[in-house]
Amino acid sequence: MEKLLEVENLTKVFSLGSILSRVRITAADNVSFYINPAEIFTLAGESGCGKTTTARIILGFDTPTSGAIIHSGKKEAKNEKVWFTEGIQAIFQDPFATFNPLRTVDRYFFETVKNYHLAEDKKAAIEWIDQKLNAVGLTYSELAGRYPSEFSGGQLQRISIARALLTNPTLLIADEPVSMVDASLRMSIVNLFKKLRDEFGVSVLYITHDLATAYYVSDRIAIMFRGNIVEMGSVEQVLMNPRHPYTRLLRESIPEADPKKRWTTTVNLMESEQEEYLRKGCKFAGRCPVVMEKCKVEVPADLIVEGVLVKCHKYSE
Amino acid sequence: MKNSILRTENLKAFYVLDMVGTQKIVKAVNEVNLEVYENEVFGIAGESGCGKTTLLKALFGAIEPPLRLMGGSILYHIDNLAVDITTLSLEERRKLRMEYISYVPQGSMSVLNPVVKLKETYQDFIGSHVSGRTRQEAFELARKHIAELGLPHNVLDAYPHQLSGGMRQRVTIALAALLKPRIIIADEPTTALDVVVQRGVIQLLMDIQKKLKNTIILVTHDMGVHANVADRIGIMYAGKMVEEAPTEQIFGDPQHPYTRFLINSLPRFGDKSTRSSAPGSPPSLANLPDGCPFHPRCPYVKEICTQEMPSLINLSTDHKVACWLAGER
Amino acid sequence: MKILRDLFRDYRFAVSFCILAVLVFMALLSFFSPYDPTLWNVVPRDLKPSLKYLLGTDSNGQDIFWMACFAVRNSLIIALIATLVSRIIAILVGMLAGYKGGATDRVLMFISDTLLVIPLFLIMVLLAMLVREYMNLVVLGLLLSFFGWAWDARLIRSVILSLREREFTKNAILSGTGTLNLVLNEYMPFTMPLIFSTLINNMAWAIGLEITLAILGLVNMTIPTLGTMLNWAINYQAILLGRWWWILTPVTLSIFLFIALYWLSVSISEYLDPRTRIQRVGAG
Repeated sequence: MEKLLEVENLTKVFSLGSILSRVRITAADNVSFYINPAEIFTLAGESGCGKTTTARIILGFDTPTSGAIIHSGKKEAKNEKVWFTEGIQAIFQDPFATFNPLRTVDRYFFETVKNYHLAEDKKAAIEWIDQKLNAVGLTYSELAGRYPSEFSGGQLQRISIARALLTNPTLLIADEPVSMVDASLRMSIVNLFKKLRDEFGVSVLYITHDLATAYYVSDRIAIMFRGNIVEMGSVEQVLMNPRHPYTRLLRESIPEADPKKRWTTTVNLMESEQEEYLRKGCKFAGRCPVVMEKCKVEVPADLIVEGVLVKCHKYSE
Repeated sequence: MKNSILRTENLKAFYVLDMVGTQKIVKAVNEVNLEVYENEVFGIAGESGCGKTTLLKALFGAIEPPLRLMGGSILYHIDNLAVDITTLSLEERRKLRMEYISYVPQGSMSVLNPVVKLKETYQDFIGSHVSGRTRQEAFELARKHIAELGLPHNVLDAYPHQLSGGMRQRVTIALAALLKPRIIIADEPTTALDVVVQRGVIQLLMDIQKKLKNTIILVTHDMGVHANVADRIGIMYAGKMVEEAPTEQIFGDPQHPYTRFLINSLPRFGDKSTRSSAPGSPPSLANLPDGCPFHPRCPYVKEICTQEMPSLINLSTDHKVACWLAGER
Repeated sequence: MKILRDLFRDYRFAVSFCILAVLVFMALLSFFSPYDPTLWNVVPRDLKPSLKYLLGTDSNGQDIFWMACFAVRNSLIIALIATLVSRIIAILVGMLAGYKGGATDRVLMFISDTLLVIPLFLIMVLLAMLVREYMNLVVLGLLLSFFGWAWDARLIRSVILSLREREFTKNAILSGTGTLNLVLNEYMPFTMPLIFSTLINNMAWAIGLEITLAILGLVNMTIPTLGTMLNWAINYQAILLGRWWWILTPVTLSIFLFIALYWLSVSISEYLDPRTRIQRVGAG
């Protein structure tokens, strides 16, 4: 089965600061992963780990410093408009910012239909739009002539997904789609991803820091930390039996909706993101509970432990 | 039997908006009866737009136009006396703030003045509430306080933009606890924070509560956070408190249909079976339906639900619910 | 229309609308004038206002009322030409520089900054003297427009710069919208209030500058405008000789015009401000 998307050694370096003191932050450091057709793949990690940078590069909104993005065997060219050529669409974090508050919502639908030549006339366009809206639980008549402020955040995200579906994409990139939606409403959005995968064969690249929904909806998952993928495998293995110390920390820190499972230990927070980015050796060494001397000088290799990729010195024996 | 420290009686606070000729009334807090005790963590849960932030503003006494107090009272129990703060003057209310009750607002990371160092912000707060202290003494007080809470000691010499979001949040919470208030209100303190940082922030709140043995009113839509820290939880929907009970009972035996939806819609590790959110969406607070505000989405709706609003009744000694079907099933 | 009804609630808009309506009426009335404004001595000179000559007559032998009608008409035409041309330039430059960025941005902003820094008045005087022979309404309008776009181009550019980073821009790009379409359709509603308020301010500025140039004698004196009327009145010592009706007419008309334009600009831009518009969207 051919891979839908392959990311090979993607590196992106940002240069920050003034002329006198430049700091080079490696936002994405040799990131490699692949996504199969009809699969939900999660790229998880806290803010500042490089997941959004990776997504922007895959979408073509930014160019990598080195590395390649391969779509179904074809390498992505520089400044290629992958939404036209490869059928990749995206939805974003803030549903209210995704739509121009001064224009009606249906405009984006008609624009898409027109620019991608999806229908011959207005009547056919409305039918096509209505079909896609039904897939997310809405109808065209609910949408017509309405402004974004007349909908709730959850509804707007679903409308966003419907718009992305208009072109029958093979891959949907969802950048933190539920972080601005109330916890109790996240299911309605995330269930849609499952539906897209099962009924329409769409793959979803789900970017999030909410591991609970990631566990619920994805097939495979990669955990990112300061630009590196530190653990990657099936979601059952990675989240139910985490191996990398950072994954363990994340997993423990999730507040579970069960009063019997309260936090028993305390956590130390790091002070500066930039410090961790600039570390030699393993970037987690500053906070790792099982840190060894080796970790502070040598970058760990990508090891495969029982089918899961782990970037940690602990497993190199 | 715990002592009551804050109580509201039939509290009604509406936003009266006047624009372009039409008037819109948003019933953000619609007859809320709440009671909070000493030495506990009380959680308020509910979706965005249910009125929680307005309720907090009212509890804090910050009722300014377009928000208007339409009825009811807010009682603080100070030195064994019940004081209705709606009857107090602005100056008297101001004195109560920070010393009796303090507020950590939503998005509090932006609350710090970006052009001054943190120590100046702290000195300002101390200076405006505690007289007879020199700048140096105030500074020492602040430093000691920060150190006690386990935050790095040099954080006071920094500007807000030099700190991470999580650190700023913790600093703001430390500021709220500076004068050892009896009640600390925290409005969505962990929204927009990463999961590990969130844990650190919640830990800080818990440390403060254990040290001061005071009351924390924590508002968030994240039921996981409530499960971890709250002693009692109040569920808010469309401006009303629909259920109030100790945490174990809310999660173990939810009575209100909305609470049930809330609990069942949360994903759990180890369980990939299909879950779903409540169907439909909450009503606009400017346009509430008759009777129970939840009835359009309720799977158990009866005739009476569409006509009369249920009030909060005691199901057992500590479990209250506002539903016509309570007790049945 | 609902928009007009909402606007009229604001007293500033209502008053300025009335003033402008009167002035436009006067301008239109000029087409029915019984006298040719370029001729002299068509009526007895220096007469006080009376029923026959509503605003009196001037030392050139013209009826001041009809002259005033022509003056208002011509001043408005000059202002309109100046404003419309400079708006178009400002919008094109601002949007192009804001959206494209990079070299295009730097070059356009360099030109715009240069025009801002040059001492406007000296250059205007110089240019006016050079083209004096060919001076008519259109030429004067174009001259004024040449200097009127730089400031507003930069304002528009900064609005575009901030809009470019917003997420709905990405959404529009993913919908396949091209650059021109994007800038015109998506960003226009945000730049509208800016364009409108600067348009009206620009008109006031153009009229003011025209009056200044006219008083200095740098425009064609035979064409009646508010400025040239003032020039003639001053030259003939109207104040000293007590002929108040001659000098007060253009002065009063100008004052009313400026107040009306100012209030119009303020009330409309408040109405069009995206922040208040978004509030109104839900209120219906």
